[in-house]
Formats: sequence, structure tokens, C-alpha cells
Amino acid sequence: MNTIAKEAPKRIHPHKFTLWVAMGSIIMMIAGLTSAYIVKKNQSSWLEFDLPVVFMYSTLVIIASSVTVHLATKAFKAREMGRYRMLITVTAILGLLFMGLQILGFMDLEARNIALTGARSNSAASFLLVITGLHMLHVLGGVIALMVIFIKAYVSSVKNYSSLSIELVGTYWHFVDILWIYLFIFYNWIS
Amino acid sequence: MSNEAVLHAPAGAGLHHEAHGDHHHEHHHETFISKYVFSMDHKMIAKQFLITGMVWAVLGGLMSVLFRLQLGYPEASFPWLEDILGKWAEGGKITPDAYYALVTTHGTVLVFFVLTAGLSGTFANFLIPLQIGARDMASPFMNMLSYWFFFAASIVMLSSMFVEFGPFSGGWTAYPPLSALASASPGSGTGMDLWLIAMALFVVSSLLGGLNYIATILNMRTKGMSMTRLPLTIWALFFTAVLGVLSFPVLFSGFILLIFDRNFGTSFYLSDIFINGVGALPNEGGSAILYQHLFWFLGHPEVYIILLPAMGMASEILSVNSRKPIFGYMAMVGSLFAIAILAFLVWAHHMFVTGLNPFLGSVFVLLTLLIAVPSAIKVFNWLTTLWRGNIRFTPGMMFSIGFVSLFISGGLTGIWLGNSALDIHLHDTYFVIAHFHIVMGVASMFGMFAGIYHWFPKMYGRYMNNTLSYLHFWITLAGAYMIFWPMHYQGLAGMPRRYYDYSVWESFKQFAELNRFISTVAMIVFAAQLLFLFNFFYSVFKGRKVTTQNPYGSNTLEWTTPINPGHGNWVGEIPEVHRWAYDYGKDGKEFISQTTPVGAEESSH
Repeated sequence: MNTIAKEAPKRIHPHKFTLWVAMGSIIMMIAGLTSAYIVKKNQSSWLEFDLPVVFMYSTLVIIASSVTVHLATKAFKAREMGRYRMLITVTAILGLLFMGLQILGFMDLEARNIALTGARSNSAASFLLVITGLHMLHVLGGVIALMVIFIKAYVSSVKNYSSLSIELVGTYWHFVDILWIYLFIFYNWIS
Repeated sequence: MSNEAVLHAPAGAGLHHEAHGDHHHEHHHETFISKYVFSMDHKMIAKQFLITGMVWAVLGGLMSVLFRLQLGYPEASFPWLEDILGKWAEGGKITPDAYYALVTTHGTVLVFFVLTAGLSGTFANFLIPLQIGARDMASPFMNMLSYWFFFAASIVMLSSMFVEFGPFSGGWTAYPPLSALASASPGSGTGMDLWLIAMALFVVSSLLGGLNYIATILNMRTKGMSMTRLPLTIWALFFTAVLGVLSFPVLFSGFILLIFDRNFGTSFYLSDIFINGVGALPNEGGSAILYQHLFWFLGHPEVYIILLPAMGMASEILSVNSRKPIFGYMAMVGSLFAIAILAFLVWAHHMFVTGLNPFLGSVFVLLTLLIAVPSAIKVFNWLTTLWRGNIRFTPGMMFSIGFVSLFISGGLTGIWLGNSALDIHLHDTYFVIAHFHIVMGVASMFGMFAGIYHWFPKMYGRYMNNTLSYLHFWITLAGAYMIFWPMHYQGLAGMPRRYYDYSVWESFKQFAELNRFISTVAMIVFAAQLLFLFNFFYSVFKGRKVTTQNPYGSNTLEWTTPINPGHGNWVGEIPEVHRWAYDYGKDGKEFISQTTPVGAEESSH
């Protein structure tokens, strides 16, 4: 066993590696949907409409949350636990705010009489709902992960100096951030 | 650091993300629940996958016997059918609805629950840690979740058979609009809801499993176990996991859109539909072909998800029992890689007759036919491994050779079907049924049987009965050919698949006797599988005990563990690896274990 314990630091931690593969898997799911979007767009009866303006603000919010989660990781490594807890709380709140803004965006579309679901809906709007909604669920997963490590920081009686958890959540958080930026660019310019 | 500590760290901590080195020691009592039910031991999880897969194989096989009864004896009625199927077989004759439900569920169950979860779930879990020299998976907790998601999927799928209007009946591919509109057919309502839930759970299970397999193979190998020293089983399971992780999410995307069409009135797949009794639907602008693209983008890699583990196990078993190194190790790895890449580039060959642009079709023809190259390399290497070998015909070996035979005969018809011009005639006929059952279905079953017979001593510390095994082998091999060979002729004559009764068609009446022959053989082959089940379960409890650590004289690491390895696999340190897995018959020695250091006098390897 000693051999493995000694070799471990040289290799990437298995959980980190698993996360990278899982992110590849999520990319495939989104790629499947965005390719379907492109195929569909080139067929008949595609509804053209302007994206909700609020998506601009949600983009800024999620970029800000990436900055705070990065600072939280740095704070953890510097053992500034108060600052660390404050920053992950801010990150989680920004995440929830992002989701709220996305929902506002959907409501904006409905208000402009662009149905997302139901008999009157056009798949252009439905696609926006499904892809953006799935992305929101992934942000929610990140918020839950933040809550778990937040509670762990309080509950655990044993002092834990391993930064693995926050690093994993941080990587995932940046990933959903970049994923949204990709989707934002995709909706506006690529498709 | 002790064995126990390594193992129970992740187990005790749940979703703890600590490095393996820095956790505290924890004593852990194994209860019945933690050992047999919510186990985190990869070997127990493998057995759970295997037994669940067997239950599904029996159910799925039984379904095929029932619908073959209808196809073989369309005029006859069997009162006992009404006893077991109730209103689905009124007057002892299977109703058309029940027939389609049986065909659909047979396909879904066999493809996903038996040959995906039952095959790679079992052997990836069992062999990866044992053959790479690891105490367990990268995340034993996720591994346990993977099984329980599969179990939940199984329960939901099983329950769909007992709802009022029966399980989904629109074919295992679940094309819309049959799958998207509850009013389209009896099984499209609750049955399809349950089908979708079961499949969504199944996708989660495969992803959790696949992530773990990849992370384990790349990160948890013992000292000296470089990638090029891995046994081919591990390479095959690695590519299988990569295929699954990249293609199942796309299927999931397709399902999400389907769920929206079913439940939220969107029009992703639906357009211009009129249902008798319901009227015209408001859905406009959808495309059912879109679903086919998303489905087959998984669907084609899926056939390699099914086939690659069987290829890997056959390679290993053929080499061990020929007492010869595998011929062309790097070519075997390279061809697995080539197959994995090509798997993603050929999905539209399932869609040649959907109005696909013929130019695009010709690109897919070329890419599809390219698969013949790595496949031929593999076949050549298996045959040359056998060539002048000192062959031991163990049951595992027999099934591996049977696998090669089936792969050749089923693969050749793939070259026919890969041509878009020939496919116009052959599409959706029995020729297709014959092709994929032989090359993917039966061949992979043979790989699975080979694996079970070969590694049974490692799994349970006992041997299976050889006489019953040989009987099982010969009946299954001969039976499989007798069932599927004639279907090629039916398909060439244009006999379409999925029809309920061919006796009313002037063109296909001539096949009445042949259909009866196929059905009869199907029943005999099914009975032979019961022989296998008896042999398996009897041997688990009463089989002859294994008394030596390495009964086959194998080089790989699983045979350096105790006869009944505990959780953690090796007592003391994990052995170090010094050579590849295939030093058989080298320098006059029958076999040289991977743990033997390379001697000074040794010829190069």
C-alpha cells in the first residue's frame, strides 16, 4: 500500500479526474441539444425573436460568481476561514440570483406572447427553455454542492485542511459559468 | 497504511473528497446489509449486476419465446397463455397489442438491461480493480449508486408491464409520434411514461458507472502497470466506458425533448398529426427525424458498448487457454480505438431510408464500411492467437471461440447492410434482425458466458460443472445459428420485421414451416439457458472448491489474490507489475506472471 500512498501526489486526484470526465459528459448533452437547435433552425417555421435583455445581467452575475468562488478557494488555502465562508455564501447567493434572472427572462418571453410550451409554442422558444433550463439545473447542483461544503465547514469536529472539496466545486462552478457564456454567444451569434 | 483504512475511508465518509492518504482509521463491521445489499465492494457490486442481469435475461428471453410462439404457430391457440397473460392472450392467442409490447420490451431489456448493465456492469466492476491492481474503484460510493440506480430503473421497467394498458409497444427505439403521444397506441400512455423514467434512471446509472471505470483505469493502476501492460479486457472496458460517457448524454437530450413533447405540449418532434378519434393536433414544425438523429447518435455507439467488453474478454481468454501471447497486442488496442472513434461517425446508416441526402448517405456508407478494417484486424489476431496454440478447451474457451465464429458470420452481413443501395431492399427486414442478433446479441451473450465460466472460480471460489457447460455451449451455438441463419433468407425475400402474422401475406406464406422451425429451436435454446442457470446457482453453493490460487496458470493480477479475496483484494501490499500480461510459452516457461521481475537472461519482450 505504501507504494500507492507515495505515488498519489504525482497523479491527479481520482475525484478531480472523474469531475473532468463528467464535465465532458455534460458537454456532450449540451452539444446534442445545440446541434438539434441548429438543424431545427434551418427547417421551416422557425420563429425569430430577440433574447430577453435580462440574460445580459444574468451573464454578468454568473461571471461575478466565478470570481467569488475563485477568491473563496484562495481564502481557504490561506486558512482565512471567515472570509472563505463569506465568499462561498456570496457565490451561492449569486448562483440563486442567476437562476432568478433566467426565470425573469422566461417570463419576459411569455409577456411578449412568445409561448415556451403548450400548443401555441414554437420550438425556437421551447429549445431556449429546455437548454437554458437544463443549464439552470446544473447551476442549482453547484449551489447544493456549495451548501454541502458550507455545512461541512461548521459541523465537522475534525479540522480539515484538504482543499479538495472547494477545488472540485470551484472547477465545476467555472465550468457552468463557461457553459453559460458559450450558450449566450450561441444564442446571439452562432446560431 | 493498513488495508482496512484504505477501503473504508470512502465508505465511512460518504461523499467525502479526501485524498486516499490522509484519513483516520475506522473500524468497520460488515453486516448483512453492508456486505450483500448496500455493498461498496466492487466484487459484490459486480455480482449484483450479474444476478439482476440474469433475471432480466430470463424475462427478456421468455418474452421472445412468447412472441415466437405467435410467429411460429399463428393459427394455434394455447389456453395456458391466457392463464399467465390474462387479457393479453384472450382465448389463448396473444393479442396484437401484447405482441408489440413483448417485442418492444424484449428489445429494450436485452439491449440495455442485460447486455449493457449486465455485461459491462458485471465485468467492469469485477475485473478493473482486480486486473489493474487496485483495492477498489476510484469512488466505491458512486459505484454503489450506479447499481442502485440500475435497480430502480429495473423496478420501474418491470412495473410498466403491470399497468392497465401495458408497457410501451412502439419498438425499442421509441420513435415519435408513437412515443410522444399518449393517445397514439395503448402502450403510449402510462407504459411510455414508465419506460422514459426507467431509461432516464438507467442513463444515470451508466454515467455513474462509466465515470468511475475511466477514473479507476487511468488513476488507480498499481506500480509498474503502464497502460501498455494492461490486459486487453481492461482496454476494452475502458473504451466501452468512454463510449458510454460520451453517447448516453446525447440520448438523454433526446429523451428530455421527448418528455417536453409528451407533457408540455411542445413541438420538437411533432408536426401535422391527425389521430383517429382525437382529431388534428395543433403541433407544427416538429421533426420526427430529429429524434432519430439523437437516438442513433447514442444507438450506434451503444452496439459497441455491448460488443467491446465481449471482445476484450474473448481476447484474454483465448490467449490464456491457447497458452500463447495474444497476437498483435498493439494492433488489438489500436483497433479498439479505431472502432471507438468510428462508432460516433456512422449513426446515419440506421437512417438511409428516412429521406437522407444520398450524398451524405454515401459518406456514411464509406465510414460504416471502414469499420470492417479494425474488425478484420481483430478477427485475424484472434485466429492467429489460436494458430498452433496449445489449446485447452475449457467452457470459457469454447464460448470465446464461439464468439469469434459469431462475430465473423454476423459481421459479414454488416458489409451488406452498410451499403445504402442494398439497404433500400433490406431495411427493416429479417435480414437486419439476423445481422444484429448474431453480431451484437448472441456474440455478446457468448462473450458474457465466456466471462462467467472463466472468472466464476474467482467470483465464488468454486468451479461450475463442465459437462453441463459443454451441453449449454453446443445447444446454444447450434441453436443460435439455426434460429438466425434462416432469417437471412426471409429478409432477402423481403419479409418485414415487427409484423404480427405473416400467414395472411401471399408473399410470405411460404415461410410458415421455416417460422415454425425457428420458433421451436428458440424454445429449445431457451431451455438450455435454464440449464446454465441451474449450473450457475448450484455451483455457487455446491460447486467443487478451488484449491489453487491460479487454476488456469494465468499471468494477470486477479490470480495473485487469495482464492476468496476480501474487500481490498490483496492481503498486504498490492503486487508490483514488471511485464505485460501475455508472457505465455516464453523461454520455455508455460507462463510468467505479471508480478515476476524481468530476469537478466530473458529474451526481449
